Amino acid sequence: MLDCTPKELIERTGGMINPAKTCQPIGAMYAALGIHNCMPHSHGSQGCCAYHRSHLTRHFREPVMATTSSFTEGASVFGGGGNLKTAIKNVFAIYNPDVMAVHTTCLSETIGDDVPTIIKSAEVPEGKLVIHANTPSYQGSHITGFSNMVKGMVTYLARATAEDKKEQVNIIPGFVNPGDMREIKRLADSMGIKFIMFPDTSGVLDSPMTGKFHMFPAGGARVDDIRDAGNSKLTLALGYYASSDAAHLLERNCQVPAVTLKTPIGIKATDELLMLLRGKFVREIPYELEEERGQLVDVMTDCHHHFYGKKVAIFGDPDIIIGLTEFVLSLGMRPVHVLTGTPGATLGGPKGILEKEIKAMLAASGLEGRVKAAGDLFELHQWIKNEPVDLLMGNTYGKYIARAEDIPFVRVGFPVMDRSTHPYMPIVGYRGALRLVEMISSALLDRQDRDAADEDLELVM
Amino acid sequence: MSTAVPNENLITERQLSILVKGRQRKNQLKCDAESIAGCVSQRACVYCGARVVLNPVTDAIHLVHGPIGCASYTWDIRGSLSSGSELYRNSFSTDLKENDVIFGGEKKLARAIDELVEKYPAELVFVYSTCVVGVIGDDLEAVCRAASQKHGIKIIPVQSSGFIGNKSAGYRAACDALLRLIEPAGEPRPVKRLNPVPSVNYLGDFNLAGEAWIIGDYLKQIGVEVNVVFTGDSNYRDLKKAPQATLNIMQCAGSMAYLARRMEELYGIPSMQVSFLGLDDTAASLRNIASFLNDPEMKRRVEELIRRETAAVKPQIEHYRSKLLGKKAAVYVGGGFKAISLIKQFREIGIDVVMVGTQTGREEEYQTLHDISDDGTVILDDANPSELERFMTEKGAHLLVGGVKERPLAYKLGVAFIDHNHDRKHPLSGYVGAVNFAREVYSTVCSPVWKYTREIGGGLFAAGKNALPER
Ligand code: SF4
Ligand code: SF4
Repeated sequence: MLDCTPKELIERTGGMINPAKTCQPIGAMYAALGIHNCMPHSHGSQGCCAYHRSHLTRHFREPVMATTSSFTEGASVFGGGGNLKTAIKNVFAIYNPDVMAVHTTCLSETIGDDVPTIIKSAEVPEGKLVIHANTPSYQGSHITGFSNMVKGMVTYLARATAEDKKEQVNIIPGFVNPGDMREIKRLADSMGIKFIMFPDTSGVLDSPMTGKFHMFPAGGARVDDIRDAGNSKLTLALGYYASSDAAHLLERNCQVPAVTLKTPIGIKATDELLMLLRGKFVREIPYELEEERGQLVDVMTDCHHHFYGKKVAIFGDPDIIIGLTEFVLSLGMRPVHVLTGTPGATLGGPKGILEKEIKAMLAASGLEGRVKAAGDLFELHQWIKNEPVDLLMGNTYGKYIARAEDIPFVRVGFPVMDRSTHPYMPIVGYRGALRLVEMISSALLDRQDRDAADEDLELVM
Repeated sequence: MSTAVPNENLITERQLSILVKGRQRKNQLKCDAESIAGCVSQRACVYCGARVVLNPVTDAIHLVHGPIGCASYTWDIRGSLSSGSELYRNSFSTDLKENDVIFGGEKKLARAIDELVEKYPAELVFVYSTCVVGVIGDDLEAVCRAASQKHGIKIIPVQSSGFIGNKSAGYRAACDALLRLIEPAGEPRPVKRLNPVPSVNYLGDFNLAGEAWIIGDYLKQIGVEVNVVFTGDSNYRDLKKAPQATLNIMQCAGSMAYLARRMEELYGIPSMQVSFLGLDDTAASLRNIASFLNDPEMKRRVEELIRRETAAVKPQIEHYRSKLLGKKAAVYVGGGFKAISLIKQFREIGIDVVMVGTQTGREEEYQTLHDISDDGTVILDDANPSELERFMTEKGAHLLVGGVKERPLAYKLGVAFIDHNHDRKHPLSGYVGAVNFAREVYSTVCSPVWKYTREIGGGLFAAGKNALPER
């Protein structure tokens, strides 16, 4: 019943059906929540803000605080400057954050509000900060919005104040779950490397139950640390799409060299991250991590026969699906359809990274597949109808396709609104890869069990 | 104006939107005002209101004309069930890009309609306008008119630019769209055929978790036919038949009062407010319908139904009541009418409502809320999270009723929660619904999980520091 998608592929130019992306401001809001004591502020009508908060809440199952300029008809005619100034005054008077992170919406962008100028002329209490990012949703996606807000952090906060660069690394983790951010921090920690992670939503969107509501939970990157990011000797941008623009901006502004790596999903990408850290900071990889890697390889070899030759369709945010594709290839699977809703280029960056990167990975494994940026789930569904797969990986919205085509489904990425616990559990690093192996093999084997005839049901698999 | 609730944590301008029953001379509350810039407002926009009302029209293509987000966030988030088409559960967006914003999005909209109509066998398309479209000034009317002619189907623009008001304005926009569907401009007024069986239009039930089906079944049992539901599980053809009903019964007045009034003016259909939340309201509503139709046989059947259904559920409700007696609830919902019903329904299961707020309640509704509340109950309009937190804690609420954004807030405070909004999982209407409601309240309020939070606030070693105040 839910299957309304026809099989024949048709050229379309009139918009999206069942999108595989959402709009910039929600990404900016998520990034801003990764600053300690920060109030994200949506400069536009209240509806957008309500939607963004609800959507984040559905994924994280946590309260998500953000304020809005509450545009009305007047603001849309005369500009929202007055609203923003009132908002700035009210936000500090009532909620008293250290930082207010303003992002725009389609509406304020279309009207053409000059946010930096408005901020300059607003009354900001002593010692408090207002930062901003332009996030028009008619460009890019929520990933672009995340990237733009991280750039805002660099522009407004990071400064090169020390004579010499410090022995510390900046890590921009990308649009990943707080559990992933914790894991990346643990990796750096266990190598004994001093790091500054921003944004950092751990402790904010995975905060413990205390019986109290904290408008600003204990976690998040400290403003002083983000300032000090200008003094680090290296910035690691994890993910081209969500992180590299800010890293390059920091390089330009504060002469901190930037290196972009893949989001460390899977064994290869995690190896690359650790090797890079080892090289730059002349550290040994501790036994603890060696052991984890060995365990992962052990499990991969133990059950590679479950994966071999299985066809997979993967969709989601570009940085995540690049990592997932590489990892499923290393398990011997065949990612025949890979799709994101986010357009193919970072703003101002080179075009088609995603397609190129993934096609190259496939080619290296002697495979071919359909790869597309700026696609939608209608199209992915059509692909699957034309070339069926054994497994689908992606966010909650994949469940319609999984049901229509009766394919096992592994939920990864954003948003996941119909399952819990995922914000706490990493998919990055060796441990995260282990978890992915478990998720994928459970999905495949549960299906095999379900479909097995009585006589074929196996006890040991 | 009434004296305000003084507190330095509250925004001064907000003070007029909050009152405590018994503390003020007059019970005026400032409502339906714009939210204040810089507030964590829980309110939604015009588009949201319009979409909520129209979304349950199952066989329509709901095309959102705007940038991607507005469509993404409303993709199948309402639990409105369908007995037919599932087309409404897809997400269609024109996904406006920078060029469209600069040069106008009309062409793209026309293309989108063409492509969708070609792919899906639909007789009806709703085209929603969003904020940006309102600013760039696309002529939705013209595009929809041309497309209607081209494809020979109904294509109706919904004027729902988000900034032209709040959710209520969206309800209004949706009702206008429905009226245009029933009676397109330039077409002759539909002739009213007299139906031997009395039939009603059931307004303001979105068939969340199948609620409209339950009510439809009761009505059938008493000899009333449901002509069409606005808009739960409705479709184009059924909606067109709306003028033929004998009576309009209206559950969610916030969204439907305007439509009911217009149908009365246009087709002479009288309307009646009903509520199927809780045993008392359900019984009263069925009785009112029968006495309006003035049919002795129907009245008899109503009494029989009430007797039978009440007897069937009473023991269960009593069971839950005995467990819940003396517990306190806080209510924060969309409309005022629902809030009123909830207060009554909580009384049925032994629970006092100590705080009640709405997003879009109207003045008369606040008046009623004030009248039926106990002394000391906090009443507020368009609350923000700090206010909800403060009053829930102050009043010692054990339970919050709210929507998506309030759930984790309640949980963080160690307070139980039920969703009385689109994320509800079980029908809460009618007799079955009354039991479901009691069970849901019981299963959250009396869940063992709270044990771990109440005693030590989740963390074992910080005992004392984080402990909750006496409950
Ligand atoms: S208007 Fe723009 S910012 Fe607001 S929800 Fe729609 S796409 Fe997102
Ligand atoms: S842009 Fe306007 S219509 Fe769209 S979500 Fe925001 S407030 Fe609502």
